[in-house]
Amino acid sequence: MTAIPFSPPASALPATAVPAVPALPVLPLRQALPWLFFAGVLLLLALYFVSAEQGAVSVFSGTGVHEWVHDARHLLGFPCH
Amino acid sequence: MLTIRTFLVRGLLAGLIAGVLTFGMAYLVGEGPVSAAVTLEGHGADGHHHAAPAAGDGAGAPAGGIRMSTAYEADDELVSRADQSTWGLATGTLVVGLAVGGLVGLATGVAFGRVGTRTAQGTSALCAALGFGAASLVPFLKYPANPPSVGQADTIGARTAAYFGFLGLSVLAVLAAVVAARALSRRWGGWNAALAAGAGYAVVMIVAARLFPVVDEVPDAFPASLLWSFRTASAGVQLCLWGVAGIALGLLLRTPVRRHLAARAGSAA
Repeated sequence: MTAIPFSPPASALPATAVPAVPALPVLPLRQALPWLFFAGVLLLLALYFVSAEQGAVSVFSGTGVHEWVHDARHLLGFPCH
Repeated sequence: MLTIRTFLVRGLLAGLIAGVLTFGMAYLVGEGPVSAAVTLEGHGADGHHHAAPAAGDGAGAPAGGIRMSTAYEADDELVSRADQSTWGLATGTLVVGLAVGGLVGLATGVAFGRVGTRTAQGTSALCAALGFGAASLVPFLKYPANPPSVGQADTIGARTAAYFGFLGLSVLAVLAAVVAARALSRRWGGWNAALAAGAGYAVVMIVAARLFPVVDEVPDAFPASLLWSFRTASAGVQLCLWGVAGIALGLLLRTPVRRHLAARAGSAA
């Protein structure tokens, strides 16, 4: 019986079967977690100010932020007004 | 030594590059339709800030006008059209570029060596492609971008909730699909697992698209060709953003990854 060989994920390769292209290193998640959390929150906050601030909800009163990023908000596909 | 810092820093840099190019793209192909829509809007009203839609909604508007839904009137505008279409647009595209680049960088760092791709460029391209599909393309298919003068001011809350709810669900579904594909790939192989996970994602999003509220607020008088050119421009702008971020990140990662692999090979020998 001939099985069609699928290429297994890099992490599943045995150490002896390293192909011409070496397997990519895997970063330990435990070390990455605080970076993921902190940077992720900051980047999502930045996205919020361009995409939604002073639309349905406002952190700052007025419409200055909304009007300033108005064209980008429309063209990036976010509901604007 | 490769750490998550390597990926975040290069992701932010790639995002900055993407933001600059996306500004160019948005300015060249997007500003035409946006300005045309703003002009329609300005002609359509005698009111100023967020005129009540209940009063002359369409029927009572002067000839040639659509409807007023926000403030563009020259006499009381907060930010001029000249600023909105240049510095304002640049601010928005650069900030979103940085944020998207940083997030793609973090995702690439986590996915590195854990998905079927064998190169830094393949992994970052995969992450950017999945990000584009999940956060831009699929939400766009259900809730396409709208130009100025489309959309009623009093439904912004519901529309925002629906849009971000759909986007969030789409992102979660893609993350779940990636986890499922990884688990299935041990038994089914990479391609079959990826196809099965992709089909699962599609089913989830098609069902969600049926269940989420319908938004249909394009005024009858709004030119169809202008709506088309605005929406194609918007899709192109979003593709440019994610595409450039993914490609630039892959290029920026080549050197640190090569160094890391060389050092590892050196220490193993």
